[in-house]
Amino acid sequence: MSDHAGTEAVLPEGGEGVRRRDFINIAAVSAAGVGGVVTLLPLISQMAPSADVLAESSTELDVSAIASGQAIKAVFRKQPVFVRNLTPKEIAEAEAVDVSTLRDPQTLKERTKPGKENWLITMGVCTHLGCVPLGAGEGEVKGEFGGYFCPCHGSVYDTAARIRKGPAPKNLQVPEYAFTSDTVVKIG
Amino acid sequence: MSFPWANEYKPQAPLMQWLDEKLPLPRFVYNAIGAGYPVPRNLNYAWNFGVLAGFCLVLQIVTGVILAMHYAANAGVAFDSVEHIMRDVNWGWMMRYAHANGASAFFVVVYVHIFRGFFYGSYKAPREMIWLLGVVIFLLMMATAFMGYVLPWGQMSFWGAQVITGLFSAIPLVGDALHTWLLGGFAPDNAALNRFFSLHFLLPFVIAAVVVLHIWALHIPGSSNPTGVEVKSESDTVPFHPYYTAKDGFGLGVFLIGYCALLFFFPNSLGHPDNYIPANPMQTPAHIVPEWYFWPFYAILRAFTQNFFFIPAKLMGVLAMFSAILVWFFLPWLDRSPVRSASYRPLYRKFFWALVVDAVILGYCGGSPAAEPYVMISQLAAIYYFAHFLIIVPIVSAIERPAPLPFSITEAVLGQDEGAVLAPAAAH
Repeated sequence: MSDHAGTEAVLPEGGEGVRRRDFINIAAVSAAGVGGVVTLLPLISQMAPSADVLAESSTELDVSAIASGQAIKAVFRKQPVFVRNLTPKEIAEAEAVDVSTLRDPQTLKERTKPGKENWLITMGVCTHLGCVPLGAGEGEVKGEFGGYFCPCHGSVYDTAARIRKGPAPKNLQVPEYAFTSDTVVKIG
Repeated sequence: MSFPWANEYKPQAPLMQWLDEKLPLPRFVYNAIGAGYPVPRNLNYAWNFGVLAGFCLVLQIVTGVILAMHYAANAGVAFDSVEHIMRDVNWGWMMRYAHANGASAFFVVVYVHIFRGFFYGSYKAPREMIWLLGVVIFLLMMATAFMGYVLPWGQMSFWGAQVITGLFSAIPLVGDALHTWLLGGFAPDNAALNRFFSLHFLLPFVIAAVVVLHIWALHIPGSSNPTGVEVKSESDTVPFHPYYTAKDGFGLGVFLIGYCALLFFFPNSLGHPDNYIPANPMQTPAHIVPEWYFWPFYAILRAFTQNFFFIPAKLMGVLAMFSAILVWFFLPWLDRSPVRSASYRPLYRKFFWALVVDAVILGYCGGSPAAEPYVMISQLAAIYYFAHFLIIVPIVSAIERPAPLPFSITEAVLGQDEGAVLAPAAAH
């Protein structure tokens, strides 16, 4: 018990007063704590896309061979991208929809370039869980709205690739792109 | 902790005495799964499945470490290295089939183990912690199994990875960034494959560690039993060894007959032919489904096709799928009945079997295409699933009149317990 009595002698009475040791204690633990947290940053950041993945450059496509009503699947950032030459009927169908009734309201004009409304360029990645929807390939099911149909969980897109039915929350994403000439598109 | 009448470890050989003083590992084993652990004398074959699950974990670790010696986690060669294992490595085909079917066997055993818990109220006080740790083990198993299925880098592997990591993109605000961070890219590729391999190797050892906690927590109150009546005296128990080592050994033999039949005669029956096609990021298979053991949860995920108030359908599906397991964490407090075993709960017993049927229906729908009538059936079955845990169990536990319980395990087994007469006098 005498050991215990000795320990008690260095404790502040009634818990009052700040000792030099308290300051050293708090400063040391705080510094170690902040240092420890900072060390986590590289451990977390290493899982983000590496430089070579981010460096996937833009993709250039010649669209002159795509006839009206046809579509192709191209590759952008290792993901499929759909380039579709809409028919006048498909454009009319897309424009006839009351935008306010849509889950992700957008007009066809907002999803295409001025003067190039027949070129619908979207990612071929369903916004639900990332499957490749059907409808771009020859003879594939286009779904009840004539655009794309995702077989994984039944999302249906219309001729402007807008979500119309099923679990997907958003329209098919329109990547950054520009027409560098009348027939060449640069995606990314 | 153990019962006061537990056998004490008394090493005879000088070497064992020496070891017992320095590192009492044999004593630990003796008290955990040896003659030093008294266990209720009335355990039925439903109690074999914990040991079987432990066996499956060891089986998966042994075959998995062997496969890792021959596998290459690189998107360029992963598929070919699996074919190399199947065709060129000595006994490689058997190791891979043993591992792939071992995962299925593991889930069969664990599902029986979990439903044993539902039936006999194993999650109730004082065993809540055992149950909670068990749910953690199940979640870790699901993560491990998912990542393992990605490794062969076939079509189902790739699109499974795409869909399951896509679940995280449903989280508001940070979802897309989190999705990219998890994959290390914008779609599954080499970075994702490598980290899945790393984690698939790690997690089984984490599971083993949680299993140790699970068994540690079990040994504090001791095993439950089919009557749900706690152990009262020495006549209620027998030593784990040799009684239950023998019974578990017999159960293991029966299990191995079934497992080997699957392994040697139908090794691909639970797999998908699409996974023998190399991963193609441009082409989704027409019908993508996870492995059978995820089907009930997959059905719940797909049951949400419309926005739910302001919550998008996609987020709702993901939340529901995770909640389907997370609700198990609350089960010890949702079921207020003081009677553990469904053998004495006539009303709960009916709803237990209804839940079994519901889970089978969900599983069937989850393995079917995302079309009617499966979507509507999944929706109804998903509603019933949550109603079971959140509405039916609390109400049944409040209104049910349970059947009379036996005085003790001994009475349940022998028809009478001599201690029952003496008990009122002897107890105080």
